[in-house]
Amino acid sequence: MVKQESESANRPDNTAFTQQRLPAWQPILSAGIVIPGFVLIGLAFIGIGVALLVTSRSIQVLELDYTGDSNGSPCSSCSQSVIANCKCSLNFTLTTLFQGPVFFYYGLSNYFQNYRRYGASKDDNQLYGDLSSFTSPSSSCSPYNYDSSKKPIVPCGSIANSMFNDTFTLTRTVNGTTNNVTLDGKGIAWWTDYNIKYRNPSVTPLKNAFNGTVKPINWAKPAYELDASDPSNNGFVNQDFLVWMRRAALPNFRKLYRRIDASGDYQKGLPAGNYTIDITYNYPVRAFNGAKKIVFSNVSWMGGSNEFLGIAYLVIGSLCVVMSVVMLIVYAKFKFPDEE
Amino acid sequence: LSSLFTTTDRCSFGGEDRRVGSRTIYVGHRPCPANEVFIPPKFCDNRIVSSKYTVWNFLPKNLFEQFRRIANFYFLIIFLVQVIVDTPTSPVTSGLPLFFVITVTAIKQGYEDWLRHKADNEVNKYRVTVLEDGRRIQKESEKIKVGDVLEVEEDETFPCDLILLQSSRDDGTCFVTTASLDGESNHKTHYTVPDTERDVESLNATIECEQPQPDLYKSLGPENLLLKGATLKNTQSICGVAVYTGMETKMALNYQGKSQKRSVVEKSINAFLLVYLCILVSKALVCTTLKYVWQSKPGQDEPWYNEKTLKEKETNLYLNMFTDFLSFMVLFNFIIPVSMYVTVEMQKFLGSFFISWDKDFFDSEIEEGALVNTSDLNEELGQVEYVFTDKTGTLTQNNMEFIECCIDGHQYKYRDASSEVDGFCVTDGPMNTVQQKAGREREELFLRALCLCHTVQVKEGFIASSPDEIALVQGAMRYGFTFLGLESKTMKILNRTNDVEMYELLHVLNFDPVRRRMSVIVRSISGETLLFCKGADSSIFPRVKQEEVEKIRMHVERNATDGYRTLCVAYKHLTAEEYDQVDSGLREARLALQDREEKLMAVYNQVETGMNLIGATAVEDRLQEEAAETMEALQGAGIKVWVLTGDKMETAKSTCYACRLFKRNTELLELTVRTLESPGKRREDRLHDLLLEYHKKTVQDAPPAKTCVASQDYGFIVDGATLSMVLNSSSENNLHDYKDLFLQICQNCTSVLCCRMAPLQKAQIVKMVKNSKGSPITLSIGDGANDVSMILEAHVGIGIKGKEGRQAVRNSDYAIPKLKHLKKLLLGHGHLYYVRIAHLVQYFFYKNLCFILPQFLYQFFCGCSQQPLYDAAYLTMYNICFTSMPILAYSLFEQHISIEMLLENATLYRQIGKNAMLRWGPFLYWTLLGVFHGLVFFFGVWFLFSNPALQDNGQAFGNWSYGTIVFTILVFTVTLKLALDTRHWTWINHFVIWGSLAFYVFFSFFWGGVIWPFLRQQRLYFVFANMLSSVSAWLVIIVLILLSLLPEILYVVLRKPRGPYARQKLVQSSAGGIQSPRSSARPLLMRTFSDESNTVS
Repeated sequence: MVKQESESANRPDNTAFTQQRLPAWQPILSAGIVIPGFVLIGLAFIGIGVALLVTSRSIQVLELDYTGDSNGSPCSSCSQSVIANCKCSLNFTLTTLFQGPVFFYYGLSNYFQNYRRYGASKDDNQLYGDLSSFTSPSSSCSPYNYDSSKKPIVPCGSIANSMFNDTFTLTRTVNGTTNNVTLDGKGIAWWTDYNIKYRNPSVTPLKNAFNGTVKPINWAKPAYELDASDPSNNGFVNQDFLVWMRRAALPNFRKLYRRIDASGDYQKGLPAGNYTIDITYNYPVRAFNGAKKIVFSNVSWMGGSNEFLGIAYLVIGSLCVVMSVVMLIVYAKFKFPDEE
Repeated sequence: LSSLFTTTDRCSFGGEDRRVGSRTIYVGHRPCPANEVFIPPKFCDNRIVSSKYTVWNFLPKNLFEQFRRIANFYFLIIFLVQVIVDTPTSPVTSGLPLFFVITVTAIKQGYEDWLRHKADNEVNKYRVTVLEDGRRIQKESEKIKVGDVLEVEEDETFPCDLILLQSSRDDGTCFVTTASLDGESNHKTHYTVPDTERDVESLNATIECEQPQPDLYKSLGPENLLLKGATLKNTQSICGVAVYTGMETKMALNYQGKSQKRSVVEKSINAFLLVYLCILVSKALVCTTLKYVWQSKPGQDEPWYNEKTLKEKETNLYLNMFTDFLSFMVLFNFIIPVSMYVTVEMQKFLGSFFISWDKDFFDSEIEEGALVNTSDLNEELGQVEYVFTDKTGTLTQNNMEFIECCIDGHQYKYRDASSEVDGFCVTDGPMNTVQQKAGREREELFLRALCLCHTVQVKEGFIASSPDEIALVQGAMRYGFTFLGLESKTMKILNRTNDVEMYELLHVLNFDPVRRRMSVIVRSISGETLLFCKGADSSIFPRVKQEEVEKIRMHVERNATDGYRTLCVAYKHLTAEEYDQVDSGLREARLALQDREEKLMAVYNQVETGMNLIGATAVEDRLQEEAAETMEALQGAGIKVWVLTGDKMETAKSTCYACRLFKRNTELLELTVRTLESPGKRREDRLHDLLLEYHKKTVQDAPPAKTCVASQDYGFIVDGATLSMVLNSSSENNLHDYKDLFLQICQNCTSVLCCRMAPLQKAQIVKMVKNSKGSPITLSIGDGANDVSMILEAHVGIGIKGKEGRQAVRNSDYAIPKLKHLKKLLLGHGHLYYVRIAHLVQYFFYKNLCFILPQFLYQFFCGCSQQPLYDAAYLTMYNICFTSMPILAYSLFEQHISIEMLLENATLYRQIGKNAMLRWGPFLYWTLLGVFHGLVFFFGVWFLFSNPALQDNGQAFGNWSYGTIVFTILVFTVTLKLALDTRHWTWINHFVIWGSLAFYVFFSFFWGGVIWPFLRQQRLYFVFANMLSSVSAWLVIIVLILLSLLPEILYVVLRKPRGPYARQKLVQSSAGGIQSPRSSARPLLMRTFSDESNTVS
């Protein structure tokens, strides 16, 4: 008896796991599966690619550069002067209806918002409405955490300090009369940024929270006065501010400025006609060989216009189809042993 | 050891005479009266300390040990750089994994040390009885001092090394078993020191003995020394004096760790690491250079929107460059992940369980399975190119059966059925002495010799360390002479007439592999002093009268070619004077403190001369189960099998035939003492000629390796004496290096047989092959103490849990119960382990390359500012959580070919030979794949971001969205790539692969769904959810994953015809199929072979 017990103690467990005999699925990618699979995937991709390309082509885009680095361009005088609020205007004509909803972007190039030091130069606690960070901004904001008189800067840091401050108004000239096109600045930033990630301190009026602090050096107005027309669009939840604070991934980028308000004449978009954009030119870009532009675009289900996706799908889809044809030929010609 | 014992009156060694290399012990701490100054000698106490740490030094010592590992140190440096320098990623990203690894290792080592502490305590606190001033005092074992007199009861283990002073048995003997020391469970007899039978309590004596030395087996002989760890048996109690205590006991001295063996895979990993380190450094250098080139352009260095701080402006340019370089190093350091080491270790540790769990390795006879002593070499089992096997006990069962004997040239074969009066029966003898019997007197002398000349004990059957001896004693029993046992130096024999004969055992001249014989000196009742000697023919024949040799030699040779183990038996009358001379010589040599072995040997050699040859015995050693199939499978797997044995050439040769290592068509090349003897030539010249001839045959004339069809099989036979000539002759002959020639011949032969090998020569051969060109992977397998040297020398040492004790098992890397298990161990487990770990290593490097490459590429688009592409959480978790489990599961469970298939088709083993999956070719493939994937991930998304407005509400994505999209593609692609490689999907694989992906998605939601108070920046807040709300992001993720995997899918589909199935068919059609397994009984071939040799003789 004892002997038997000791035997069972020593004997390895005879389970599927210990004996490496777990039931297993052994997928075999045979021609019978792969060729039809490739054809199917290829066709599906080609279908998606065509749809994407058609959609992308249907998106209307209007890009207008207003850097003013060449003489004779509308804003060349502004780009050379250092006067604040320099005005210039751009004219453009639409021959057909610009389908709505129309989005109004500004674009910057050779502008490195993805610079590491730049990106770190903000204080998320401050922007979350934490009053203690108002008086002592994070050192990561340096050199924009205290001004020359050692007063804390709110909002601190390079990103806030370099906020884009050109402003635009769009007018349409119909039969000699110019009427303003209403621009809607609501909901241009991420919903979560506006509602959760960025918070104003719960002090009313908001101005009091900023006592003892100074506005960022490059700003004309303090944060609590960014939008005089809408009190709820001030402080850290100002939509333009939020858009700016979401750093762009690449040095050439565009950010959403406004939407064309779809009301009245503009319900279907921008009708054909002559338009003028009046620009308040503040933002210097020529020092670093940058460029500024205005982009009007409408969007589809896939977002803004982007031919890359459509082309990629078409290429890879047709690659799959070609491959399956090649494989079919290969298989037909040299019947592989295990396919017999 | 042993001891110079001086009792009260004869104090020969005092304090002034103490020699180096010996120690003086005062029994019971009573000083010798003749010696005025009693200097209490200082010895270590009896505490056994196997633990490495104490509570106090654990942390510093363990940390120091861990950071001595180069990898850990590297990660520590990276961590420190991150702490000190302003770097892009927080120190947490590399500190956390490092902390994790260090903690886990520390906990593991701490636990192991705690176990050791516990075991130590158990031993050290054990209560022992010490006789002190006539009283029995209970003491803790650790308090024993050298010189204490201890009392040990039956079934207790000895607390330290003792000299036996008194036994409760009348004859002054005691029995011990050394099972816990070397696994030999037979009872060994030890004797009290003469003249100490009197009152131990008043004994006044000193002992002069050797300083402690670890050689367990040299000293097991001295019959007065009881070793710590051995157990007292069949004896009520003994008294002994402690001579070696604590860490100076033989057991403690033997517990020093073996040298670490490193596998080739580890070397490959290190080579690859070096490449990746170069990639890392060059990436950092490129980025640093570009950064300063880029900054030199006007307006780029410090655009107005990104002003530097005062501190930055003031720092030295070169210091800045240096810190930038370090920052880049830190940014890219994830290319060499900490987790790879952890995963590799875990894979090896967990994977090795499959060997010990395998029920095919379980042997119901010994009720044990395989044993894994190291898990570092699992994959090496799949790389073996040379197998060195012992013969006895490994190829053969070491289960001896007496077959026949020859007395004075007459052959006696035992037959049960037709037994004559005495149970003897004479079969066909050689031609000249047909149908004759030796005289009855000679028969009886021969049988008495068999009964007396051995070290067998009688205890419920016969027990002996050598199975040959048991077979011989049993053989004698069949012929009517029964050995009854040894009692107080008297051997009793029951003879044919049922009378008990008594012989006084005077001396045993022990067997040793160099002398290859053993003798006993006995005195019969009538007062005759006889020496009986048995041993290998080569060691007996020169020592007997030559006229007797010829008639016996024929028998011996015939028996040897039949595959039997032969021993010759001789005797010699000793006159009283002769005996006295021998006796004093032996005593003197035994008491010698220095060179005892040599002195004993000299006396032995002197005694064992001028003997009379009586006869010879033939004992059959059966082949191990499935020995032939195993050898055939190994050869089919392209492994060269070398048999290294101490046995005779003929016996070994026939075993080789039986194992099908030599086949009928194998041409044998012999390089032995026999072939070297040719008239009129010096042996050196003959050796030279033969070597050149064989070299020409095997190396120069051999068809090029690729056309392996119909090439002649060569077998090579060499013996120990010739081998040492070959190995030592290079200085003499500078034209040809014999060693090289020899090696080349050997390597071109399918099998090599080295016979008459001393243990050290075995290791020499292994070393020679190991260090030859291409440094092939060697494996040694053996079961006895004489195989330990080669087991330790080879890359992989395998011990067989055989009958010759446990020494081989203790020193091996893996131990298996039977030889037949080697096939599955190599072809099954070894193959799978290699494929698994090779894939693991390549995959790890690949996945980190395509992880970090986008981050590197991103530097070109962010002004080389060290901006990380991925969030810190992703950087940290990538290797720990998102991609580590699938590859671990793969590396534990993958069976790209089923085990049955691997065992059936030994040729599959060749596919992975020479480290095939970890050479530069595959490494380059994986690296290029990693680069391709990295490029696809980065630039695919880059093209997409030419317009960052990717949502249908017109909102734009920022840099963290960019990184998250790339990271999502990355995680999915590398996981699916592994899924494509997985050919064996168990539920665990499914669970882990899909689970990892699900976990990634879940984690991303969770990580981005909460404002984390401990984070300085909420970078990923809702980034992942926002990404998923964009159709374009979905589409780009799908298309880029497919694009990345497309080449891989194509490769898998098109590679298929070269898969295992096709290979199998190829082999079967070309080589006429693998030979069907035959039974392991003695094959026909061997019979014909032995007949052939009969006619020759």
